[in-house]
Amino acid sequence: MRSSQLVEKYFRTKNLPHIWCPGCSLGIATRSLVVAIDELGLDKNKTVIVSGIGCSSRAVGYLDFNTIHTTHGRALAFATGVKLANPELHVIVISGDGDASAIGGNHLIHAARRNIDLTLLIFNNNIYGMTGGQFSPTTPHAALGTTAPFGVVEQPFDLVKLAEGAGATYVARGTAFHVNPLVKYYKNAIEHKGFSMVETICICPTYYGRQNKSGTAVQMMHWLKDSFVLNTAYDKMPEEKRQGKHVYGEFVKKDLPEYVEEYVGIIERLKGEEDA
Amino acid sequence: MKREDLQLLQKREWCKGCGICVAFCPTKVLIIDTDDKVTIANEDACIKCRQCEQRCPDYAIFLEEASDV
Ligand SMILES: Cc1ncc(C[n+]2csc(CCOP(=O)(O)OP(=O)(O)O)c2C)c(N)n1
Ligand code: SF4
Ligand code: SF4
Ligand code: SF4
Repeated sequence: MRSSQLVEKYFRTKNLPHIWCPGCSLGIATRSLVVAIDELGLDKNKTVIVSGIGCSSRAVGYLDFNTIHTTHGRALAFATGVKLANPELHVIVISGDGDASAIGGNHLIHAARRNIDLTLLIFNNNIYGMTGGQFSPTTPHAALGTTAPFGVVEQPFDLVKLAEGAGATYVARGTAFHVNPLVKYYKNAIEHKGFSMVETICICPTYYGRQNKSGTAVQMMHWLKDSFVLNTAYDKMPEEKRQGKHVYGEFVKKDLPEYVEEYVGIIERLKGEEDA
Repeated sequence: MKREDLQLLQKREWCKGCGICVAFCPTKVLIIDTDDKVTIANEDACIKCRQCEQRCPDYAIFLEEASDV
């Protein structure tokens, strides 16, 4: 039996089934990206997907596009080079929460500040999955990790606020449960001119779930369903109903000069002065 | 593509038995069988909403036009 037409068209099916654990939501996020690309009708040959290192970053091994599996935390640096070398390309970066906001945190804030036309998708499972469950900059306060056996004493990053504060011009958060809005945010991010970031709240049943007694993959998906509320609905909720709720939705959409266009503009101007 | 032309299909080898499709199917079409894989147990009840396909982490269940199979 073959797989679906969507999977046959956009995945390297010889590498499937993928290596991710049963119930790991990285497969849901990866498929959602493919649906977004398909609905936008992007040319596979003009689409580049770049990742760092981690369970999330393994997505590129399954995707049949021009892909680069780079080094831990450096995906945005490679992506910046690709985009500058050939501004026609759609460049999409897939990163874990550790990859993007721990070792890669500086690349994140500066790519956002420059407003370079890249789309960063952070698959946030709140843990270092690949290396066995160390806490990350997004692990909630008091949650358990192998490097925090008595609970994390730090406060986590809010990746949406971080990206917004650093200057990203499109910022959204979706979840691996709410697939239709997630696909919409991926599409809007890819179409946006400038630096776009979509955080996808994911579940890691194996390392986050087991240590934190979050239950099965199904129970963790129920948690996404029950605790995440659309921002516009959240804003209308009375204070007492907001307890324990998290928001998803689109948070920033604005136009600012884009880095590659500015750069190319200066080159063109100087060439004109030389010729004159 | 009309909804009635869609057929529920499986790529059974890829199923890891996580149960996500079973849990969120609104009409209880699916079950996990004794091999720890998904089985279409009640196809007539399927409303072709695609929620199983959208949330299957392993691309092991999907809907497609029957003639394309
Ligand atoms: C320079 C470098 N430092 C550390 C590592 C080890 N390492 C591999 S993946 C990873 C973190 C993975 O966590 P995250 O980025 O959140 O991705 P996930 O696996 O959870 O998807 C680390 C620390 C590495 N590969 N390279
Ligand atoms: S360790 Fe966690 S993030 Fe990695 S594949 Fe398993 S469930 Fe997914
Ligand atoms: S398409 Fe909807 S109704 Fe049919 S099996 Fe999937 S989730 Fe259930
Ligand atoms: S969601 Fe996919 S992998 Fe999980 S039980 Fe259903 S068909 Fe199998």
